[in-house]
Amino acid sequence: MTSESTGTLDRRKVVPELLKDRGDLLVVTGLGSPAYDAMAAGDNDANYYLWGAMGSATTIGLGLALAQPERPVLVLTGDGEMLMGLGGLATTGAKQPRNLSIAVLDNERYGETGMQLTHTAHGVSLAELAQACKFDHTEVITEMDEIAPFRQQLQSTDAGLRFAQIKIKAENVEKVLPSRDGVHIKNRFRAHLGFQPL
Amino acid sequence: MLNNDQPDTIDIWSDQVFDALLAANIKHVVYVPDTGHSRLIERANAEPSIEATVLTTEEEGIGLLLGAWLGGERGVLLMQSSGVGNCINTLSLVQSARFPFLTLVTMRGEWAEFNGWQKPMASVTEQAFELMDVMVYRAEQTDEAAELVSAVADTVFNGDLAAAVLFSQRMIGRKEWAK
Repeated sequence: MTSESTGTLDRRKVVPELLKDRGDLLVVTGLGSPAYDAMAAGDNDANYYLWGAMGSATTIGLGLALAQPERPVLVLTGDGEMLMGLGGLATTGAKQPRNLSIAVLDNERYGETGMQLTHTAHGVSLAELAQACKFDHTEVITEMDEIAPFRQQLQSTDAGLRFAQIKIKAENVEKVLPSRDGVHIKNRFRAHLGFQPL
Repeated sequence: MLNNDQPDTIDIWSDQVFDALLAANIKHVVYVPDTGHSRLIERANAEPSIEATVLTTEEEGIGLLLGAWLGGERGVLLMQSSGVGNCINTLSLVQSARFPFLTLVTMRGEWAEFNGWQKPMASVTEQAFELMDVMVYRAEQTDEAAELVSAVADTVFNGDLAAAVLFSQRMIGRKEWAK
């Protein structure tokens, strides 16, 4: 196992830059480090954090985007989580919601389980998969100054499907834990959109 | 040919089930196709008030329906019994997020089945749901399907609960292999 990924970006700088001035943005995070990164950038009622159901972040984001076409939606996840739900890219591409973006924080590792190599370490291209699944805009981000232009696109509700594979360093950073109470997070998120608990 | 009029029979009770879904204010119909669901899928795709989404695998539907519910809308997952096993881990969302989850399942491998490969999953479909705290209801007769779906939808969406309605293979009829 090699110790270094090809990415050089610091995830704790990337995510605050992505979520800066987030406006109406609704965020779904994959389990593990992307959830901690979003929490570290600032807890928000419009964040839905996953702690399980690996591979589901994209489809949850898709359902949310379809139900809330007037709000921009971001799925913030990792390469391992994305790889477990690749079919969701095809399902999303077939539906073509105009208000959905996916940002994959790609450290080429399963970070939560001991930094084992993922498929991206072996050259599998998530951005090209997204492009093949009819995403309108796909890119691989390797430099910090590419984050702000992508952030501008996040706010759009009619720019089509956007996908960024963001190459970050493989490193363990402080775990900033969001609530693990999925019912609380669900009710808080829905209340933000004006829906009351049953 | 044993079931000359079978398609019409399916259409009749499928239309009744579809009306029950509309009455329950369902906005999302997400599915992996099955012959027994084909009329429902046609109706869903033709209905302007419904978002119909084809999935690559059944568990995607659970995530999609949670997302829709976070956004304030109700949905239903259509699949066949062989797909239920694909859903097991993702059904943890039902307990962990506690959201109303409704699925309609056509049974294979239990009546006049030609393909024995359908039997292993069919024989544990109910248990698979029950393992993950999803209530299971079963329709045996075509004339009870819509009322059952309506009643289960009430239970699910009023109670923040998870339930599956199984449609017996006898309701679907024999599949023709030699034609």
